[in-house]
Amino acid sequence: MSEFYGRFGTGLGTLFAALVAVWLAGMVLAPNIMMVDYALRPNLPPADLGGPRDVYSLDNILYLANESVHRSIFFKTVWASALVAFLTLVVCYPLAYWLAQTAAPNRTAVVLLALTIPFWINEVLRTLAWYILLAFRGPLNALLLSLGIIDEPVRWYGNAGVLAGMVYAYILFMLFPIYSAIESLEKSQIEAARDLGASVWRTHWRVVIPHAKAGIATGCVFTFMLAAGSYVAPALLGAPGSRWFTEIIYNWFFEGGDWNRGAAYALVLLVLCMAVVLATLRIARVNLTDVAK
Amino acid sequence: MSAADRILKGLFGFYLAAFFIYLFAPLAIMAAATFNTSRFPTVTPWQGTTLEWFNALAADTGMWQALWTSLVVALFVLVVALPIGTAAALLLTSLNARARSVMYAVMVSPLLTPGVVIGIATLVLWRQLGVGGGTFLIVLAQSSFIICYVMLMVAARLQRFDRTQEEAALGLGASKFMIFRRVILPFLKPSLIAAGFLAALQSIENYNTTLFVRGFDTPLTVYIATKVRTGLTPAVNALALIMIAVTIVGAVAYEVARRRSRSARLS
Repeated sequence: MSEFYGRFGTGLGTLFAALVAVWLAGMVLAPNIMMVDYALRPNLPPADLGGPRDVYSLDNILYLANESVHRSIFFKTVWASALVAFLTLVVCYPLAYWLAQTAAPNRTAVVLLALTIPFWINEVLRTLAWYILLAFRGPLNALLLSLGIIDEPVRWYGNAGVLAGMVYAYILFMLFPIYSAIESLEKSQIEAARDLGASVWRTHWRVVIPHAKAGIATGCVFTFMLAAGSYVAPALLGAPGSRWFTEIIYNWFFEGGDWNRGAAYALVLLVLCMAVVLATLRIARVNLTDVAK
Repeated sequence: MSAADRILKGLFGFYLAAFFIYLFAPLAIMAAATFNTSRFPTVTPWQGTTLEWFNALAADTGMWQALWTSLVVALFVLVVALPIGTAAALLLTSLNARARSVMYAVMVSPLLTPGVVIGIATLVLWRQLGVGGGTFLIVLAQSSFIICYVMLMVAARLQRFDRTQEEAALGLGASKFMIFRRVILPFLKPSLIAAGFLAALQSIENYNTTLFVRGFDTPLTVYIATKVRTGLTPAVNALALIMIAVTIVGAVAYEVARRRSRSARLS
C-alpha cells in the first residue's frame, strides 16, 4: 500500500482506495453477507422480526435437503451443467486446435471474428433463435420429417433443448481460453511427437492437452458456472419436466414469497459453484491468477 | 498422405461444416422469420413474404421503452464501472506480488459467481435498507461484476506501461495528479474505450442478474423474454435482424480496417 500511496500521492491514492473499497465492501461483500443472513433466518411476518422466533438456524438449507423434488432438481442441475461443460469442450476443442495450430493466420482472424457474431446479440435473443428452431411445428422438425429421418414431430423443448441452447450460448467462453492456451504451444513439439511415431490421438493426449490444461480448466469452470446459474435457457427451452435449480430460486422470490428460503437456495448454488471452481483448478493445478486472462 | 490421414481430414471438414451450421443456422432462421407473414415466428410453412413486422416493431412502444431503459442502465454502469475498474487495476499493479495474488482472487470472484446469485444478494441487502428493485439496483448489481472486466482490461494494458515515464515526469516537476492526468490516463485510453464498449454490451445483454433486481422496470432482455410467454410475434425477429445486420457490418468493417492497417505497416 505504501508504494501505492507513494505513486499516486495521498489525495489520488485515497480516492482510488475508496473506490475499490466501495466496490469490494459495498457491492460484493455486504450483499453476500446479507444473503447468508437471510438464508439462516426463518421467514417471519414483520411483527415477529427480532422476536424470540427470529433466531439463526439451518432450517432453510435442511428444507432443501429434505424436499425430494427440489433436491433432485438440484442434483440434476449439477450434473447437467457438468454435461454442458463437457459437451462444449468436445465441440470446441478441435476448432480451437485448428485455429491455433493449423489454420493460416488470416483465416484464423476471420473465423475468430465470425465466431463472435452470435455473441454480440444478447443471450436472450440467442436462446430465442433456438426457441424458434426447435418449435414443435418449427424448421428442425420440418427438415427431419421431409428427409424421412423421423415420422412424427419431436418435442425438443425439455432436456434436449436446454442442452443445445446452453452449449450454443457458452461456446466462446470455452473456445477462447483453449485457443490461447494451444496457441502458445510450439509447433515443433507436435512435429517431434509425430516424427517419433505418435498417432494423432496420442499426440493430443500426451502433448497438446497437457499443455492446454489451464485453458481447458478455465473454459470448463466458466461454462459450468454459467450453466448452473442460467435462467433464460431453461425458462425458454425447458419443459415442466426439465426444471432448473435457478427456476426454483426464482419461484421462492417472486411466487412463493419466501425470500429467506430463496436466499438459502441461492447460497447453496454459490457454494456449489465455488467448490467446483476451486476443485477443478486444483486438480488441473491452475492458479486463480491464470483464470480470466 | 496416408489413407488414415485423408479420412481424418475429411472428418475434420465435416466437423467444421457442422460447427458453422450449428453456429449460424439458428440466427439465419431467426432473421428469415422476420419476412414470413406467420404470426408465430417461423420459416416453415412459409405463408407469404412481408415487411409488415418492421412496422410492427416500429409501433411497439413497449420495446422502445425497454430499449431506453437498457441504454440508461448501460450509461450509469459505465459511470460506475470505468472509474472503479481503473482504480482497481491501478491498485492491483502497485501491490507486491503476494498481496497482489490475494487481491486478484478477491477481485475476479464476482466473475465466478452465478449471475442470479449476484442479483439476489444485491436485492436482499437493499431491501434491508428500504430500497426496492429498479434501475438503481440493476446498475449496482450489474456493475459489481462488470467492474471485473474493466479491471482486467485496464490491468492488461498497465502491464506494458513503462514506469520510467512517471519518473521522467516527476523529474520535470509534474505533480502526482498531473502524472495521472497527463501520462497514465492517455496511455490507458485505448483500453478504457475497449472496456467501456465491452461494459455497455455486457450491461445491455444481461438477463440473469437483472431479472432479480429489476423491480417494476423492464429492460430489453426482460421485455423480450416476457414476450415469449405473452405472445411472441416476428416484431422481435425484426429487432434481432437489425442487431445481427449491425454486428455483421461492424465485423466486416473491423476486418477491412485490420487488413488495411496491416498492409500499410508492411509496405
